[in-house]
Amino acid sequence: MDTLAQLAHGFSVAFSPVNLLWCLLGTTLGTAIGVLPGLGPALTIALLLPITYQVAPEASFILFAGIYYGAMYGGSTTSILLNTPGESATIVTALEGNKMARSGRGGAALATSAIGSFVAGTIGTLGVAFLAPVVVKFALSFGPAEYFSLMVLAFITVSAVLGSSAVRGLSSLFVGFVIGMIGVDLQTGQPRFTFGLTELLDGVDVIIAAVGLFAVGETLYVASRRYAGKDEIVPLKGSLYMTAQEWARSWKAWIRGAFIGFPIGAMPAGGAEIPTFLSYAVEKKLSKHKEEFGTVGAIEGVAGPEAANNASAAGVLVPMLTLGLPTSATAAIMLSAFQSYGINPGPLLFTTQGNLVWGLIASLFIANVILVILNLPLIGLWVKLLKIPAPQLYAGILVFSTVGTYGISQSPIDLVVLYLLGAVGFLMRRFDFPTAPVIIGMILGPLAEAQFRRAMTISNGDWTVFFTHPLSLTLLILAFLGLLGPHIWGYIERRRLKGQEAVPGDA
Amino acid sequence: MLNRRAFLASTAAIGLAASVGPAFAADAPQLEIFVPAAPGGGWDQTARTMDQVLRTDKLISGSQITNVGGAGGTVGLPQFVSRYKGKGNTLMVGGMVMVGAIIANKSAVKLDQVTPIARLTGEFEALVVPAASPFKTVADFIAALKEDPTKVPVAGGSAGGSDHILFGLMAKTAGVDPTKISYVPFAGGGEALAALLGNQVAGGISGYGEFSEQVKAGTLRVLAVSSDKRQEGIDAPTLKESGIDVELFNWRGVFAPPDVSDEDKAAMVKMMEDMTKSAAWAEECKNRQWTSIPLTGEAYETFLKEDIARIEGILKDLGLA
Repeated sequence: MDTLAQLAHGFSVAFSPVNLLWCLLGTTLGTAIGVLPGLGPALTIALLLPITYQVAPEASFILFAGIYYGAMYGGSTTSILLNTPGESATIVTALEGNKMARSGRGGAALATSAIGSFVAGTIGTLGVAFLAPVVVKFALSFGPAEYFSLMVLAFITVSAVLGSSAVRGLSSLFVGFVIGMIGVDLQTGQPRFTFGLTELLDGVDVIIAAVGLFAVGETLYVASRRYAGKDEIVPLKGSLYMTAQEWARSWKAWIRGAFIGFPIGAMPAGGAEIPTFLSYAVEKKLSKHKEEFGTVGAIEGVAGPEAANNASAAGVLVPMLTLGLPTSATAAIMLSAFQSYGINPGPLLFTTQGNLVWGLIASLFIANVILVILNLPLIGLWVKLLKIPAPQLYAGILVFSTVGTYGISQSPIDLVVLYLLGAVGFLMRRFDFPTAPVIIGMILGPLAEAQFRRAMTISNGDWTVFFTHPLSLTLLILAFLGLLGPHIWGYIERRRLKGQEAVPGDA
Repeated sequence: MLNRRAFLASTAAIGLAASVGPAFAADAPQLEIFVPAAPGGGWDQTARTMDQVLRTDKLISGSQITNVGGAGGTVGLPQFVSRYKGKGNTLMVGGMVMVGAIIANKSAVKLDQVTPIARLTGEFEALVVPAASPFKTVADFIAALKEDPTKVPVAGGSAGGSDHILFGLMAKTAGVDPTKISYVPFAGGGEALAALLGNQVAGGISGYGEFSEQVKAGTLRVLAVSSDKRQEGIDAPTLKESGIDVELFNWRGVFAPPDVSDEDKAAMVKMMEDMTKSAAWAEECKNRQWTSIPLTGEAYETFLKEDIARIEGILKDLGLA
């Protein structure tokens, strides 16, 4: 096997003591910045770009890859413990993860996310090593029409987080659409809902919205109910790590998450958020413990999305390494690092820079191992955070959210947006509107709109493109089945049962 | 402007890289570079490359880079004008994208409020088609465009950006109504490239660097480049040679704050002239596929006025301004 030989060579590059040290540094740094909302891997790598003048290409890419993977691990920690997502890809993790943390299973949530990240990251990296050419071909067959249909499929996931009332859930979704529309319209260059503020032209950062709605909103809500005696946090119940039952519930979710995350991550406009939504919806649909979703927290709802987000992180590397296509902000900055070495990433990268590419892939495997070793022992320490008395804990969350938000662009307007959305989040909690659909609307709405309008521009206004493209049609049928399938199935089932009852004594 | 943790982390990393900063030249000044964009983009890279080259050549002792990103530079520009007024040894990176953004965003602060110092680099654009496309020459492309502009969707960067502007200028020059063209904007070069490779669109326009590796691999074909003359190593004519009288560089340059003294201005112009002549600068430009197009003093000011007028005109024709 040619690939195996090259991979082995890659490991020999990555296993040099110096490169291992870079990998350790990158993963540690990545975990740290992943924990902070606002400071993401893209910004960190951009700030570290000047080191490309000082060190060998292999070393700096191993460092960057470590940061990239590390951030994916770190982002989930605050999502779970503090309901403050550090990255947009870990927003879904907060849904069940934080519920688990509140009911004493924070350790298990952190463990399933760390091990799930390891499993999915490894599957994803294997995919990069062995399947890259195949996957990229599939990914390129996605045009705007197919992406739009994928978004339609992703919208089904909203039904998984709607909560008790469809009207309330859909209202939240539409609030998300409006927030998502703020900024310059990509298709026409015209500002929408910016109220004449230049700072709003680039739109509202989804992290700020998530932190505002989840963390700040939650803090205000808890403060308002301080003496009502409700909403108590149980620091730890049972074992710190996962029980046998939790393992049994997690491992399938990891695998499914990895297989959802990797191909979507490899698509040029796939991103890391959509696979987490899809995985969450799938896990909720398949779970035998549906009653735990949204109440005490279901471990599948953490395991699946966490795996999906790490596998998609690996998927992003596929178009970057095979075609030189940057499909995320982090990948774009890594590409500019290639350029400062005079290397032009493109279709010939695997052949012209074999050492570098295979060294990078090998170091991804190593980064995964380091990360799981680094993160598992930390869980005990992290869970202690929950023992902090509520007033101090929530005050800390506020400080943390504020500092993190200011770190994104040093813009005071962002802080205003954060607290405005915090107030909105508080009111939504108070009147029992779910907040997760807002975020889904914010992410999917603008994407769906852009892809729809692109598809329309290309087809010259012909609506049938969504049905005549086979891939697009398949996705729409899946979406249709996902939405109506359970109802139809339930109806048939009831009819069958009724039929049996109708003829007593027939059995 | 860095977050403290990031700052500590980056200094730690650089320290680990065992880098010893270049020796400080006692009389060389300290430079402040203001980047009205987030770290990582073209302007930021320009600033960091300037810092690197100027320090190597001992023209400065060091520099402080400040990033204030957003809205094509129109968030940073007013801050630069108010915060650094009259201050010497301070440069803001900007370029054609900012000219477009100021017009499209109806920014209250305009480029005539800052002091132009030098144009530094440019990236010429390329018109490409997928390898399987029936278009072999610009003439084929223009003929199809003339027949029915809506049937020739072209992918590129955001609406009103340099790619869109070039497509508008090409259509207008060829006698096609710019409001009728089918331009498909994508958020980043990567996505536009994917649409081309997947045969989703008829053609693509972007900086040549975005396409160069695909062209080498034979998956894309260049029909023409937007530079003033043919480029070494690129097997394609200029737009002018192909009968479309349009020339466009997505240029980048530097500006000083308003009200700087003539002495300070002259010093900064001199520094930029020295930098663009240095071997280190030439090397960096080559690596990054930037074309060095230095222009300073009055020539730069005239160029700037003309370019603003041209961009304003085409954005109006495209219905964006």
